[in-house]
Amino acid sequence: MSDSDMTNLMLPRRRFVKGLALGGVLATMPSVLRAGQLSPHTRLGSAPVLQGSEINLVVGQSPVNFTGVTRLATTINGSIPAPTIRLREGDDVTIRVTNRLSVPTSIHWHGIILPFQMDGVPGISFRGIAPGETFVYRFTLQQSGTYWYHSHSGFQEMTGMYGALIIEPREKEVIQSDQDYVVQLSDWTDEDPMRVFSKLKIQGDVYNFNQPTVIDFLRDASNGGIKDAMQKRRMWNQMRMNPTDLADLSASTLTYLMNGTTPAGNWTGLFKKGERIRLRFINAASNSFYDVRIPGLAMTVVQADGQNVEPVSVDEFRFGPGETYDVLVEPKDDAYTVFAQSMDRTGYARGTLATERGLSAEIPDLDPVEWLEMKDMMGSMSHGDDGAAMDHAAMGHSMPGMNHGGMAMDHSVHSTHQNPLAMPSQTVRHASTEFGPSVDMRVDMPRTSLDDPGVGLRNNGRRVLTLSDLRSRDGILDSGIPEREIELHLTGNMERYSWSFDGLEFGKSTPVHLKHRQRVRVILQNDTMMTHPMHLHGMWSDLENDKGEPLVRRHTIPVQPAQRIGFVTTPHDLGRWAWHCHLLFHMDAGMFREVVVS
Amino acid sequence: MKIEQIIKTAFAVGALTLISPLLQAQEHSGHGTMNQEKVTEEKMDHKKMGHESELETEMLETSKPHLSGNSGSMDNDTNMGANVSDLRDPHAYSGGYTLTEGPYVQSGPRQLKLADEHVFKSFLANRFEYDSDSEISLYDVQAWVGTTYDRLVVKAEGDINKGTLKESQTDILWSHAISTFWDTQIGVRVDSAEEGESRQWLAVGVQGLAPYWFELDVAGYVDVDGRTALAVEVEYELMLTQRLILQPRAEITGYGKDDEFNGVGQGLSSSAFGVRLRYEFSRQFAPYVGVERTKMFGNTADFARSAGETSSETRYVAGLRFWF
Ligand SMILES: [Cu+2]
Repeated sequence: MSDSDMTNLMLPRRRFVKGLALGGVLATMPSVLRAGQLSPHTRLGSAPVLQGSEINLVVGQSPVNFTGVTRLATTINGSIPAPTIRLREGDDVTIRVTNRLSVPTSIHWHGIILPFQMDGVPGISFRGIAPGETFVYRFTLQQSGTYWYHSHSGFQEMTGMYGALIIEPREKEVIQSDQDYVVQLSDWTDEDPMRVFSKLKIQGDVYNFNQPTVIDFLRDASNGGIKDAMQKRRMWNQMRMNPTDLADLSASTLTYLMNGTTPAGNWTGLFKKGERIRLRFINAASNSFYDVRIPGLAMTVVQADGQNVEPVSVDEFRFGPGETYDVLVEPKDDAYTVFAQSMDRTGYARGTLATERGLSAEIPDLDPVEWLEMKDMMGSMSHGDDGAAMDHAAMGHSMPGMNHGGMAMDHSVHSTHQNPLAMPSQTVRHASTEFGPSVDMRVDMPRTSLDDPGVGLRNNGRRVLTLSDLRSRDGILDSGIPEREIELHLTGNMERYSWSFDGLEFGKSTPVHLKHRQRVRVILQNDTMMTHPMHLHGMWSDLENDKGEPLVRRHTIPVQPAQRIGFVTTPHDLGRWAWHCHLLFHMDAGMFREVVVS
Repeated sequence: MKIEQIIKTAFAVGALTLISPLLQAQEHSGHGTMNQEKVTEEKMDHKKMGHESELETEMLETSKPHLSGNSGSMDNDTNMGANVSDLRDPHAYSGGYTLTEGPYVQSGPRQLKLADEHVFKSFLANRFEYDSDSEISLYDVQAWVGTTYDRLVVKAEGDINKGTLKESQTDILWSHAISTFWDTQIGVRVDSAEEGESRQWLAVGVQGLAPYWFELDVAGYVDVDGRTALAVEVEYELMLTQRLILQPRAEITGYGKDDEFNGVGQGLSSSAFGVRLRYEFSRQFAPYVGVERTKMFGNTADFARSAGETSSETRYVAGLRFWF
């Protein structure tokens, strides 16, 4: 057993869930002071703020302690999160990144439109930054909003290499606020992430402590009868899948952080009564979807992935690694809890908005774990009556070979547009490589609607943001019907812990070729039970609804289980780009494609 | 050496009888070529192998789509009104480029290698137990090294009595994924016994997860003298709570002909039915207690009786399951 395994055995789980009161980076200040300019007004969370047209970043290792055990983190300028970089739209920026690690590193500017050589993906856009080397990133900022940056090398991102990147609009800021806080969510493990990955490879459910048990069965049987209890489990058992497989990892190894602070550490943002506060939520986690809410306070979502959206008022939103949401709040009381529970309901990140330091509000209980539903596996079939859905489920183990394709397509046929590309196709076409050991499920009748908040958020009595609520405030700039449509399926085999596009892991894949400036529709169909936040580098993704109406401009699009989503993009920059699931382990397992724009 | 011979035979025989039709199926799906005749052939091959129906269904998953496949419309950009059975060529969007060729590619060998090209390894001590009555220690371990779909697997099982290895069986196998939940395995097995003769077998088997989460390991053996053997192992894990797990386990063995030296007889030779209750302090570390009923049949039972041993017994065991 390795060191970290022993640690897991000895440490009470409570420490992972809540962390320690005092945690975080130890002895870091010297390097911070040496590098770059340090802003005195660090109101944007706990990370130091760097601004100006020349930024110096130093990648190194720093000791951290989140759970009572000291570990080495990979950090930028010695802080977690990395410094918040504040820049202005239209400026030319020079960022020098020095590598003081013994292994290569890289920094990717997430969501930023720039030349591909500056995108920072080793092996695709550049060679990486060798130990001892300084790489100079130079680009012009063509956008404004809330973004972030992180390492694209190995598991460095998971061990601390992530920071906020805020770009102020060149003209006037349309979002007016009195306070402006970055709320950067992440996750931390005391284990070596490579070891975590290798454990998942050996036993995919190793971190799942919410599995269906005999006790659950007896409870269901006494409530609704043995027959129903068995029925409820039949499909899962036949398909050898787990209805609570929601996150791969859990609080049994993860501590959830807000601005680099454990729940016990309680990051606090101060305000004066009557102020309007802008919270820039960034999901910089490697593996965690967060469900964010501030009990007692409605949030007005004003930006998604850095792009202004028509304001929409919600109680809660879910976002995955790579996504950002800016919200406005107007607190009336003295203290509110900013509560971000993990999608699998094993833990939470938490902070406080308060009128003075030391105040805190009640922390809500974690919501109960909900099983994935039929529609997370079968798609639109479960919209019918449950009985019919169950019949299909009875075919369980042969489902991967099922063939009701013909029925799903009919609505698209009614299209009277001359151009067949006016609407996204709804014809499911599986790749031939989806019929092998790399794939454990295929959806023949995907759901296409965007108004589902997802498992665990359906009917919880709160107003939860969905993709269908989002509209780009300035409309979609590159309008026009796409000239081409490509379809890719998100695939995986949970038992072998393998993730891929079209059943092909990265090493077996070929790039997707896009023509320079040719508008193209991409259909992503999720043939798995997990939600994948899909991040396409170097270009905007204009999310459409199932009628081909453009809704919102994103850089990372979460695709729910058994869902089929379309987005349109116009590649404005030549080069090779990365396209991957932003769940780090899914990406590393092979849910990664290269894109060539030429 | 005998073992080398066996390995050679193993690959020749095994590849022909079991693996090749399945590999073929894989290859077809890889290139998106649908050949109705070939597929039908493959299907019949599977039938001939006479696996249990569940297994067979499982394996046929690989070839099933080809039956509905249609090589007619592989162009991608116009697919309105097409049927689900139109399989896409996953490389159709590449414009002929690869990860190492085409515009803007990094020079030199491909730098970006993700975990799908990494080698992983694992060691599982499934049963590591002691029976105080008979003073016998038993080990049952499985180790592997390899990628997601191809692995070198070692399975070792044996009894130790007072510090000496009484008997052992060790399988060294190449394991290849053939479908979502199943691997075929081919290689050699070496049996050694304190009393009796060592035997070297060619081993061909299937290991995987059947519907309802039954873990199944079926292997056939043949040696150079024409002896044959069959071993079937089934395990199930019943989660009483998140950490308390009841594991029923069954194992049956049969032989093609008598092997007096080793006290095994033709036909069904022995069975073991056990149940173990373990507590997972961590997922990787779990002590257990259990009870197991072993029974010998037919000639094997006769051999045991004539050697003054009992042909069936119930053992109470305590042990440890761990993996890393
Ligand atoms: Cu993913």
